[in-house]
Amino acid sequence: MAEEKKLKLSNTVLPSESMKVVAESMGIAQIQEETCQLLTDEVSYRIKEIAQDALKFMHMGKRQKLTTSDIDYALKLKNVEPLYGFHAQEFIPFRFASGGGRELYFYEEKEVDLSDIINTPLPRVPLDVCLKAHWLSIEGCQPAIPENPPPAPKEQQKAEATEPLKSAKPGQEEDGPLKGKGQGATQADGKGKEKKAPPLLEGAPLRLKPRSIHELSVEQQLYYKEITEACVGSCEAKRAEALQSIATDPGLYQMLPRFSTFISEGVRVNVVQNNLALLIYLMRMVKALMDNPTLYLEKYVHELIPAVMTCIVSRQLCLRPDVDNHWALRDFAARLVAQICKHFSTTTNNIQSRITKTFTKSWVDEKTPWTTRYGSIAGLAELGHDVIKTLILPRLQQEGERIRSVLDGPVLSNIDRIGADHVQSLLLKHCAPVLAKLRLPPDNQDAYRAEFGSLGPLLCSHVVKARAQAALQAQQVNRTTLTITQPRPTLTLSQAPQPGPRTPGLLKVPGSIALPVQTLVSARAAAPPQPSPPPTKFIVMSSSSSASSTQQVLSLSTSAPGSGSTTTSPVTTTVPSVQPIVKLVSTATTAPPSTAPSGPGSVQKYIVVSLPPTGEGKGGPTSHPSPAPPTSSSPSPLGGSALCGGKQEAGDSPPPAPGTPKANGSQPPSSGSPQPAP
Amino acid sequence: GSVAVEDQPDVSAVLSAYNQQGDPTMYEEYYSGLKHFIECSLDCHRAELSQLFYPLFVHMYLELVYNQHENEAKSFFEKFHGDQECYYQDDLRVLSSLTKKEHMKGNETMLDFRTSKFVLRISRDSYQLLKRHLQEKQNNQIWNIVQEHLYIDIFDGMPRSKQQIDAMVGSLAGEAKREANKSKVFFGLLKEPEIEVPLDDEDEEGENEEGKPKKKKPKKDSIGSKSKKQDPNAPPQNRIPLPELKDSDKLDKIMNMKETTKRVRLGPDCLPSICFYTFLNAYQGLTAVDVTDDSSLIAGGFADSTVRVWSVTPKKLRSVKQASDLSLIDKESDDVLERIMDEKTASELKILYGHSGPVYGASFSPDRNYLLSSSEDGTVRLWSLQTFTCLVGYKGHNYPVWDTQFSPYGYYFVSGGHDRVARLWATDHYQPLRIFAGHLADVNCTRFHPNSNYVATGSADRTVRLWDVLNGNCVRIFTGHKGPIHSLTFSPNGRFLATGATDGRVLLWDIGHGLMVGELKGHTDTVCSLRFSRDGEILASGSMDNTVRLWDAVKAFEDLETDDFTTATGHINLPENSQELLLGTYMTKSTPVVHLHFTRRNLVLAAGAYSPQ
Repeated sequence: MAEEKKLKLSNTVLPSESMKVVAESMGIAQIQEETCQLLTDEVSYRIKEIAQDALKFMHMGKRQKLTTSDIDYALKLKNVEPLYGFHAQEFIPFRFASGGGRELYFYEEKEVDLSDIINTPLPRVPLDVCLKAHWLSIEGCQPAIPENPPPAPKEQQKAEATEPLKSAKPGQEEDGPLKGKGQGATQADGKGKEKKAPPLLEGAPLRLKPRSIHELSVEQQLYYKEITEACVGSCEAKRAEALQSIATDPGLYQMLPRFSTFISEGVRVNVVQNNLALLIYLMRMVKALMDNPTLYLEKYVHELIPAVMTCIVSRQLCLRPDVDNHWALRDFAARLVAQICKHFSTTTNNIQSRITKTFTKSWVDEKTPWTTRYGSIAGLAELGHDVIKTLILPRLQQEGERIRSVLDGPVLSNIDRIGADHVQSLLLKHCAPVLAKLRLPPDNQDAYRAEFGSLGPLLCSHVVKARAQAALQAQQVNRTTLTITQPRPTLTLSQAPQPGPRTPGLLKVPGSIALPVQTLVSARAAAPPQPSPPPTKFIVMSSSSSASSTQQVLSLSTSAPGSGSTTTSPVTTTVPSVQPIVKLVSTATTAPPSTAPSGPGSVQKYIVVSLPPTGEGKGGPTSHPSPAPPTSSSPSPLGGSALCGGKQEAGDSPPPAPGTPKANGSQPPSSGSPQPAP
Repeated sequence: GSVAVEDQPDVSAVLSAYNQQGDPTMYEEYYSGLKHFIECSLDCHRAELSQLFYPLFVHMYLELVYNQHENEAKSFFEKFHGDQECYYQDDLRVLSSLTKKEHMKGNETMLDFRTSKFVLRISRDSYQLLKRHLQEKQNNQIWNIVQEHLYIDIFDGMPRSKQQIDAMVGSLAGEAKREANKSKVFFGLLKEPEIEVPLDDEDEEGENEEGKPKKKKPKKDSIGSKSKKQDPNAPPQNRIPLPELKDSDKLDKIMNMKETTKRVRLGPDCLPSICFYTFLNAYQGLTAVDVTDDSSLIAGGFADSTVRVWSVTPKKLRSVKQASDLSLIDKESDDVLERIMDEKTASELKILYGHSGPVYGASFSPDRNYLLSSSEDGTVRLWSLQTFTCLVGYKGHNYPVWDTQFSPYGYYFVSGGHDRVARLWATDHYQPLRIFAGHLADVNCTRFHPNSNYVATGSADRTVRLWDVLNGNCVRIFTGHKGPIHSLTFSPNGRFLATGATDGRVLLWDIGHGLMVGELKGHTDTVCSLRFSRDGEILASGSMDNTVRLWDAVKAFEDLETDDFTTATGHINLPENSQELLLGTYMTKSTPVVHLHFTRRNLVLAAGAYSPQ
């Protein structure tokens, strides 16, 4: 036993120089080396003694961290006056310095001006202690509510996915407390049964991998049904809530296979039906799943990618390609694919290179229709500047010719015209910023024409604009926290500041799509069981550098139909009809006059979507039922049994898909319908 | 030499025992000679003789330090401290800092080693082997230490195995002597007084015949089935004087019986629900929690010296009106008891101010009229829950009081603290009735036996002791924990004791036989709270590792080896069945589980303060 854990007893003593320094500070100039040594030993010993006593107070105080007050109490035990003035609750900001081969830790004591202290306003009074009850377990199973930790942390999901045998090995439970028994309802149940079965081999008890992943409890089935119906239903408020739940709820991993199937099946059906609205809803579900930090999606990427890709490159996505705004869906899905690549692409699965190949292949093909062409380019462009540089720029000339032949040539088909027009603006939008970085000014129209053919002149003016924009943003980035540095529209969520001393500032520069969601989650972790969560507000922000993308933003926040319905020409900026919960607050322009020559080019819109008070996304009606905490002395445990007890064997096959979206299904999108009203 | 050194000896006299010295340079040789001998001995003896390493190491080191051979002491320590069992490392750390003769004065660990002989249990064969070796080698230095400082408890029979030894050792002063656990303990429950119960309950009572849990007793008595039968292991009813039942107590007992009929029968297939009470915004300051038996009130002790009492039922906390207002009340009216309560100041939370240091212990009286709290300031305070004021401050400990608890019958209470003693008090005496002295380090936790005749204490010396309230004697010493003990609980039938320590293990003890009967491994940090279900089927444990775990107590106590040999020698073979006994693990969100409580219907209430990382 002694070998297992070698003692690390460091016989540290203070350096004798310290004694000299202390002595000098007391006015004793000459102190003998021998005395110093004796003092050092004595002081070191006493300090250790006090530290040991202080540890006692830490243990009895039910804490993991030693605090200054523990040391004070330990000093008091020895009848020593405590050190006044050291009252750090958490940690003492020791600073470290080294030099000349010596290491030094010191406490930085700044000189404080007393008047400063007197004049500063009093800090906010900290919140008082309060009690909050929740169910940690209901008859042996832990409900997946925000007050409890996620049922299966991402690492475990990963372990289960990648090493299915390892997680089932006996004895593994000890090193991961989370893998303990009774994790989920079904797991505990399964164990009970297994235990009774005699082990197959003596000495090596064989444990089968629990089937639990494929079984859903009744509440989970209810939740699944509610969520999927809300996601594809007609009520936008409900949908926002449901998506919020998918993006933040910690206990969804057991439903993941079903969500994945729901989405891929849904896309399969609705592409055939050309139901644009449902496709958009499904893509938003994908986005929400991607945003959920507790989910290990790797296992389902193979099912999601084809669905998303379909929404990018499908020849037709809507009933009336000439008027419906399916371009927004393609853009959104393209961004999703880029996000998938960023998250999941590894050298083993080569997701990014395979996706790139697919896009390139369909783009290069002469017979590819304009819609697919648009999708392929959008998909490639979202993959980043490098991809644009190596794959798109070389083909600009060729593509320009093709566009010109459609736009300038005889009008064969209106649809082709619109398509070509969109492809052109897409290329301009994505290539200009890249070119602005690649090429040095000045930008010469002729040079551009020589290099890029017919698109040259347009490209040139866009590059000039992009440069101006970039310069402006460089100035502004420090000034305002709400500036969005990305040149393309983003959909970001950011929680309004909550009252409470622990909540950190939540409005941050949304650098990427994923960041604000993480902020949201961390905010919740810091103060999860707020007794009464304030109504959550989400600010949907957008900024755009080109006119056409303004539309896309709106289409994302109000799910496309609004803008699509009134748009006859895609380039026109339109304000969508305001839906009940969407409010157009202002059209504040942060764009300076220099970049606003082309009208609506750089308009920023802030759309505030306010959710109902229950819409924390987890406690809402669509969430798991969380039984009311007992308020009487004897809350009947039987009350909980109805909520958690019975489980239905759902088998391995996905459920009969209570809401697999169908165009003619039970949820015809009414207000969210993309059908235009000409 | 087995002269007991019971009373606190003069420090210098104690230290002077180290005066006799051999050649300091030879110490290493002596020690390694013995080490070589033990390592070369037969396997069956090696494990037993290895127990000598640690006490010899400590004493030889202390002798060197005492005789001011600092360098020799240092090299001796460096050379051999790695050989010691890892569970001694806390003590070794203390020892390593002790390098000067001057330090020895007033060092508790050192004094413990001198004042109490380290107890080793060794079979006669092994002992003979050792004795022969030491005499052959003329190794007087070691022989002296063995004679002077160790107590070797020799037994006849097979030497113990390494596992058997490891299960029992680990305390500051070795194992308990065998005779220490021989005295008779009345672990049975007292007969409950007969109370008339409304007739309509009788039908349901018939169903729950089996089992002998405490809470069921009154019911059986009331229907007269077993009222005349006395538990053979129970103490005489009047062994210690107990307070008489008041009318309100009887009412409460009737309520209890009614609740009992609705109690869920727990088992591996029927696990209890757990309701967690999280203290928010406690800023790491929650130090103690208690819940009343009827689960209506929760008290929290805090590092800011306050005690807070919450009502968790819709009934608010009301205090009695001021004297001036009371005089206006019509004392003849029927609802006078209602009228004296002040509705205006009723609230869910009452804060009790009075302590001047963190409150480490809290305990409600069984009748819910009083609350006890113990604090760093060295006092135990008695608070009235009628007026929400402090009634008495019991002084006596002078050092931090780590825990306090009311007797299950009220009136008496016990406290234990840094001064290494536990004290028994009665609420109407300002001085303690008994002082339980014997622990070698802080008394961390104290619990009354359900029959109120005994008190169990858990200590930082890694032992658990059971004390007789009647005469103040120590009747059981349980060793086996490898870290300071932080939680204790008796099984409802009074037969068993469960203890939890900083090593994350829960040990189960048979009080009657004085034996360790089980070990529950699973927690990864200090076990702060332990509680049996009302019928004793489930043991719940809460820990600093932020989990609540449920264990199958029925199975744990099922087939105990209680044959004569085991009982006589105390050599138990613990089955490695922690994983089978573990019924559930429930993680909290970074909330250490400070307190656990089973309601009368067997719902688990857990409590702790949320402490963000």
